[in-house]
Amino acid sequence: MGMTITEKILAAHAGKKQVRPGELVNCRLDVVLANDITAPVAIREFTRLGLDRVFDPERVVLVPDHFTPNKDIKSAEQCKVVREFARKLGISNYFEVGRMGIEHCLLPEQGLVVPGDLVIGADSHTCTYGALGAFATGVGSTDVAAGMALGECWFKVPESIKFVYHGKPGRWVTGKDLILYTIGDIGVDGALYKAMEFTGEAIAELSMDSRFTICNMAIEAGAKNGIIAPDEKTKAYVEERAKRPYQLLASDPDAAYIEVREYDASEIDLQVAFPHLPENTRPVREAGGIEIDQVVIGSCTNGRMEDLRIAAQILEGKKVHPRVRLIVIPGTQEIYLNALREGLLEIFVEAGAAVSTPTCGPCLGGHMGVLAEGERALATTNRNFVGRMGHPESEVYLAGPAVAAASAVTGYITHPEEVVK
Amino acid sequence: MEIRGHVWKFGDDVDTDVIIPARYLNTSDPKELAAHCMEDADPGFAQKVKKGDIIVAGKNFGCGSSREHAPLAIKGAGVSCVIAASFARIFYRNAVNIGLPILECPEAAAELESGDEVEVDLAKGMIKNLSKSKTYHAAPFPAFMQEIIKAGGLINYVQERMKNRA
Repeated sequence: MGMTITEKILAAHAGKKQVRPGELVNCRLDVVLANDITAPVAIREFTRLGLDRVFDPERVVLVPDHFTPNKDIKSAEQCKVVREFARKLGISNYFEVGRMGIEHCLLPEQGLVVPGDLVIGADSHTCTYGALGAFATGVGSTDVAAGMALGECWFKVPESIKFVYHGKPGRWVTGKDLILYTIGDIGVDGALYKAMEFTGEAIAELSMDSRFTICNMAIEAGAKNGIIAPDEKTKAYVEERAKRPYQLLASDPDAAYIEVREYDASEIDLQVAFPHLPENTRPVREAGGIEIDQVVIGSCTNGRMEDLRIAAQILEGKKVHPRVRLIVIPGTQEIYLNALREGLLEIFVEAGAAVSTPTCGPCLGGHMGVLAEGERALATTNRNFVGRMGHPESEVYLAGPAVAAASAVTGYITHPEEVVK
Repeated sequence: MEIRGHVWKFGDDVDTDVIIPARYLNTSDPKELAAHCMEDADPGFAQKVKKGDIIVAGKNFGCGSSREHAPLAIKGAGVSCVIAASFARIFYRNAVNIGLPILECPEAAAELESGDEVEVDLAKGMIKNLSKSKTYHAAPFPAFMQEIIKAGGLINYVQERMKNRA
């Protein structure tokens, strides 16, 4: 019996020829990641071990991105803890404000994660790197502390679900719509503890940016990891960035899946998830003209070049609705600079948007766009839980960049066809 | 370790933003976090909950963020155990790692009600509803995880492993 790509990566890092779902394995780690919220707890636990070194200073990555640039004194203190730890232990992959990015946009861009890797991160959206053909999963701070010490972590080998997307996605449809549709289909615990393997003609069509979006939201279906086998697009993306050798793996033809779900991507129209769960999805055409106060375009889900280009295409020569605040957050400094050079930022500012330095900020109600009681936001982010973007009585609707930009223009949840003829 | 307390019942898909909203994540002090535990689901929870009380919830408890602040807040609030129909995987790992007892038991999660007095035997996975004289059995932890729990959490476990390596 063959293995899935997930099983192959786990087996290789456990020093085994083969692993099976349900098996507990101890794996070697390629990268251990934490941010300004989770790293301070990890550092506190790591310090309890009385060590003066991490397993490999090159393999630990620290990215203060959530409440940065420091939103208040307490956040500044947290960042200081991370900064001083990085200095003291010689961790070179520490990314300071002005040279950083939202961690899950930043690590692939900087070539710090490569295909075939096994990565843990104290951030649930660490699963994003599955788009490179890596096994990457979110853990808590204590697991990261142990990972920083040992360079190892234990895993239960997950069962895999295969998601096959046939056909070609329609106009404006991106990875966000496919993954929202899928979560709407299987629910927020539809892939609990499992690996979600995305494949099919439509996935092959998608850009790397869209593939990152899809794997990013695997956690919103409860999955342990999302993964896409590398192809020529992956290779092209990685080739110019990789800091280390990489391995391109694929599932064996006779690999075992607990379930196979098939979709016709050409039938999936733009999606929006209603409050307060990402599974509450429906086609944008059926959203019913819901008025909004704020639009956020950015985050580890949709803060990449493709997203900004789509948004700019819709916003060019138009104005943000007078009632709406539009906040655009490029995912990394590199994306910011590229968007600047391409003239995208000018389009946003001309339209009446606020353009921010990279930060997770509003996605988790941290700063840079927190909602008041009764306010409603449409965001390209990943979660719409109660109170996620601010007041517990506020609401978040999730969609892709095209819907977000179009809605910013009209002031209500809008299909881009209404704005761009 | 004796676990005995009254039940606080919650629904399905209780997420980590509800357990501890991100607006309080500029600290990792368990006491400060505990003061806001479950705030967006039940605003007075942290003040009302008594030491030893038990949280009971439906499926997918702790879904969302990887913030360890969530089990830290629950533990800090004095909650002795969480019983749920199922747990989101990162929360599950985090709870084991920081020593917050959790039990997966769909029957108990469905039938226990707010205010019930419950006794839990972790080693046996036994949940006794003293108010209704009914007993439930949860699946025990895998042996591997029991070692982590026995060591008193992951850091102690790692300390032992590092000693053996040296």
